[in-house]
Amino acid sequence: MSDLAVAVPGHAGRHRPWLLLLAGTWRQGRTKIGLAIVLVLVGTALVGPFFAPYAPDEPVVVDEVFAFPFDPPSDAAKLGTDDIGRDVLSRFLWGGRSVLALSALATLLGVAIGLPVGLFAAYSRGLLDDVLMRGMDVILAFPQLVLALVAVATVGPQIWLLVLAVGITTAPRVARVVRGAAVEVVERDFVRAAESLGEPRRRILAGEILPNITSPLVVEATLRFTFSIAVIAALSFLGFGLQPPAADWGLMINENRQGLEVQPWGVVLPIAAIGLLTIGTSLVGDGLSRASIGIERGSGER
Amino acid sequence: MRILRGIPGFVVRRLLLGVLTLWVASLVIFAATQALPGDAARSILGRNATPESLADLRQQLGLNRPVVEQYTDWIGGVLTGDFGTSLAAALPVTEVIGERIEYSAFLMLIAAIVSIPLAVLIGAVSARRRDGPFDHTMSIITLALAALPEFVVGIAFVVVLATTVFHVFPAVTLIDPGVGPWHYPKELVLPTLTLVIAVTPYIARIMRASMVEILESDYVEMARLKGLSERLVLWRHAVPNGIAPTFQVIAINLAFLAGGIVVVEYVFNYPGIGAGFVDAVRSRDMPVVQALSLLIAAIYVVLNLLADVATILVSPRLRTSLK
Repeated sequence: MSDLAVAVPGHAGRHRPWLLLLAGTWRQGRTKIGLAIVLVLVGTALVGPFFAPYAPDEPVVVDEVFAFPFDPPSDAAKLGTDDIGRDVLSRFLWGGRSVLALSALATLLGVAIGLPVGLFAAYSRGLLDDVLMRGMDVILAFPQLVLALVAVATVGPQIWLLVLAVGITTAPRVARVVRGAAVEVVERDFVRAAESLGEPRRRILAGEILPNITSPLVVEATLRFTFSIAVIAALSFLGFGLQPPAADWGLMINENRQGLEVQPWGVVLPIAAIGLLTIGTSLVGDGLSRASIGIERGSGER
Repeated sequence: MRILRGIPGFVVRRLLLGVLTLWVASLVIFAATQALPGDAARSILGRNATPESLADLRQQLGLNRPVVEQYTDWIGGVLTGDFGTSLAAALPVTEVIGERIEYSAFLMLIAAIVSIPLAVLIGAVSARRRDGPFDHTMSIITLALAALPEFVVGIAFVVVLATTVFHVFPAVTLIDPGVGPWHYPKELVLPTLTLVIAVTPYIARIMRASMVEILESDYVEMARLKGLSERLVLWRHAVPNGIAPTFQVIAINLAFLAGGIVVVEYVFNYPGIGAGFVDAVRSRDMPVVQALSLLIAAIYVVLNLLADVATILVSPRLRTSLK
């Protein structure tokens, strides 16, 4: 079987698009800047808790007295205290994990649903294609945040629900892009060849079509990750994500908003972190998409 | 199907598709609010609810009846303009959200009036000075701004212009009920700016791409060869043609404004449908949640419909292909 497969055109370059994409992406200045930003923030989220002077829900105590809420920076609390007298710096260092983990999970779920739907629609064409994609269009009629909020209103603020809602609303967007890219691949000779060899449909989808749409898929997944971060952070900012006393960047912003006049750090740090994170991932995504356009032009596939 | 030809036929077919999309959207909303795991009555009243109060609320929400009947009742009401009764306010939903719709529409309108011309300008000039310093700077700025979540932009404005650094604009909107939002220009500035920043980058980027293509086309070359000034070529010949392909993106982004106002209105405490939606989600006011999410989906469908029709009307090539 594998001997035959090698002889089929299209297989020879199966692993090359990947390397080409990564090399082309790395060559862009904006990718490096974006990657640096993302690495610093992911590093902060992962390692930060080990350097936090306080536990995330521990009150700051000075001379056996609880610190005031919204205390300005001092020796005991380097970046001041939050709305109920906890250490802002410690809560910031603890608060990145949830945003990152939840948005990564939601994006993965979105790809896990959207990828097979898009592939299947492109390969089957006809009525099934129409029904699948029109069904996906309906979900696109809602902004992601709105549909997530409808789910939250029904079930209540649950962590799994946020991942599920953001994942399900990500899926149609992924499916659209996958279908768009796969429709062209389906027409190619090596797919016909595999069909005539009697390869099962699942094998053709995963082994023949998928490797040829990796560039648009990776670009889209990166873009979706940026949006997932935005939606997940917005949900926890609105108070529907992690519940107090959890340390979470989105939640922190809302908790410390009233203190902006006297103690801005509890808002400024998480705002800057979320903002930079989305800018970083979108710079990487832009680098990927520029590189993938170059690859497609270079290999004369259009 | 002979009648459904030409532009009227296209509009009718698009209209039918829009109605179909909205109907399925209503099914999605209903399924999300009714069929999700969990007992709506219990989640509204909390764990300590007595069995009697649970039974009462189930009765009031109609949860005892078959699901299909609940749906037909709801959608039948919607079609006659009756969205049910708000659980939190004990008033008809239409009364609760009526004034809020006015406030949000006004906010979205000024955001659109500011951002569309601004985006067209940025896109056109970027394409005209392609790969120059202006183009590169705008490319990075629009990319970065497009990535930022609206609440990050909104809170950043509050920090810089309303509280910590400068005190130029109010951080929250304190508006007396019954007075139009246009009486509060200062309060409108920051929410509007936030929405403008949320949508302008997308439209500007697509406008640039569309203009780059058009500036390389034969008829623009022709206009140049006629000896027209570059400014005239750009604004008289290229821009009007470059806008058509952006209608879709403008529509999607205006529809996105309808979602964006949810967070932006909450940040600034602006009394529109967005803040109302968050309140309703928090208090589990399901009739209001259903009405507002259907409204937001309807805005999307209507704007897409208008964009499709507008694209057909302004593109001579598409217009003739329909006949």
